[in-house]
Amino acid sequence: MNLHSIISVSQLNMYVRSLLEGDENLNNVFVSGEISNFSPNARSGHLYMTLKDGNCSVKAVMFAGNASKIKFRLENGMSVIARGRISLYERDGAYQLYIDDIQPDGIGALAIAFEQLKERLSKDGLFDPERKKSIPLFPKKVGVISSPNGAAVQDVVNIISRRFPLSEIIFAGVPVQGDGTGEIIAHAVSDFNYLKCADVIIIARGGGSAEDLWEFNSETLARAIYNSEIPIISGVGHETDFTICDFVSDLRAPTPSAAAELAVPDINELASYINLLNGKINKAINSKILIEEMRLDNLSASGFLRKPGDFLNDCDKRILDLRKSLNSVVRAIYESKYNRAFVLLSKLDALSPLKILSRGYSVVKLNESVVSSVSQLNVNDIIKLRFTDGKVEATVTKITDKVK
Amino acid sequence: MKMNYEESVKRLEEIVSKLEEGNLSLEDSLKLYEEGALLSDKCRKMLSEAKLKITNINEVAENG
Repeated sequence: MNLHSIISVSQLNMYVRSLLEGDENLNNVFVSGEISNFSPNARSGHLYMTLKDGNCSVKAVMFAGNASKIKFRLENGMSVIARGRISLYERDGAYQLYIDDIQPDGIGALAIAFEQLKERLSKDGLFDPERKKSIPLFPKKVGVISSPNGAAVQDVVNIISRRFPLSEIIFAGVPVQGDGTGEIIAHAVSDFNYLKCADVIIIARGGGSAEDLWEFNSETLARAIYNSEIPIISGVGHETDFTICDFVSDLRAPTPSAAAELAVPDINELASYINLLNGKINKAINSKILIEEMRLDNLSASGFLRKPGDFLNDCDKRILDLRKSLNSVVRAIYESKYNRAFVLLSKLDALSPLKILSRGYSVVKLNESVVSSVSQLNVNDIIKLRFTDGKVEATVTKITDKVK
Repeated sequence: MKMNYEESVKRLEEIVSKLEEGNLSLEDSLKLYEEGALLSDKCRKMLSEAKLKITNINEVAENG
């Protein structure tokens, strides 16, 4: 291009752009600076920002394809190291940094991402203590989500078989490292809930670097754990490793082995507890028997059982007394009846017709009927007269009316 | 009546508290004691004979 002739703005910008893009040094450059004017485009996913230091600034853009790969969220004021190429945005005549990759400066990218996700999920209530489910005392089925080839699952199985072989392990083999692992583990958690085939779930993975454990910071996994009806124990990494999985789980164990120990009771402790209960029933029944014996002793000590003879004598005497009074009552009754009968007999005797006859009267009968009036008789009737000492038959010869 | 370990322990705990209250007749106490003694034997047996079972979740899913 001949720069001594007059050129258009477009031609100028196109020329400068070709110069910038032709410079090897500007093709892959690392720039440290602080993010400002951060404006992500929600629709396209492109990220626009300005990188600046104390004195200067440069426009920067990160296209959606690269932006989707960053693990942490960009924020204004954040110190970063951006890697990319320099080119010119011809429309504005402004040169900018086209970012391929971006890392927080100073603190690791993963650490930043971790803190950011933790803060966001915390705001959403995923770590609320009141949402934590309690771990069942005697889990019949223990769900284990882990790598089928890892040492973690071996540790878990060994410890559960030693501590609580009454349970059944339901194992879900998953990868525990690499892109998309978080989603796969989240899926396993959902499977356990869908199949309702565990009373408690252990998510186990051995130790590793922050990058190795990164998938346990998956938001998808965090939400699957949060939504799980089955209590979840997280045993990821070593004592010093913390993942989002640890925070959202119902119980965090420092290691897979510790998770197994928290999941099930120890059979030896159970046996001691049974022995304790057994001892208690023995003690209770012995003291019951002792109490009954004492009651019996007290009863024996009382009058009746000590000298039963006395009691019987007392009974005997009472019966005799009763019989005596019964006798006298009966006699009194008998005597009063007898006296009354005697009086009645005397009265009867006085009224007897024989007694009257003995005073000179006689009874006249006609045909066995007593004659009490002359009107019953006719002349020549044969009548019978009864005297106190015999009978007479007589013939009526004359009837006279009432004596006037 | 077949009780699992947890139910057996719960019943045993019940028996202990009933016996410890001591309001029962001697006859009822002895009955409960007998049940409790059998239960604790059963629990001990369950603990000593237990063997861990491991199942893959795929088998659970296939068997419905």
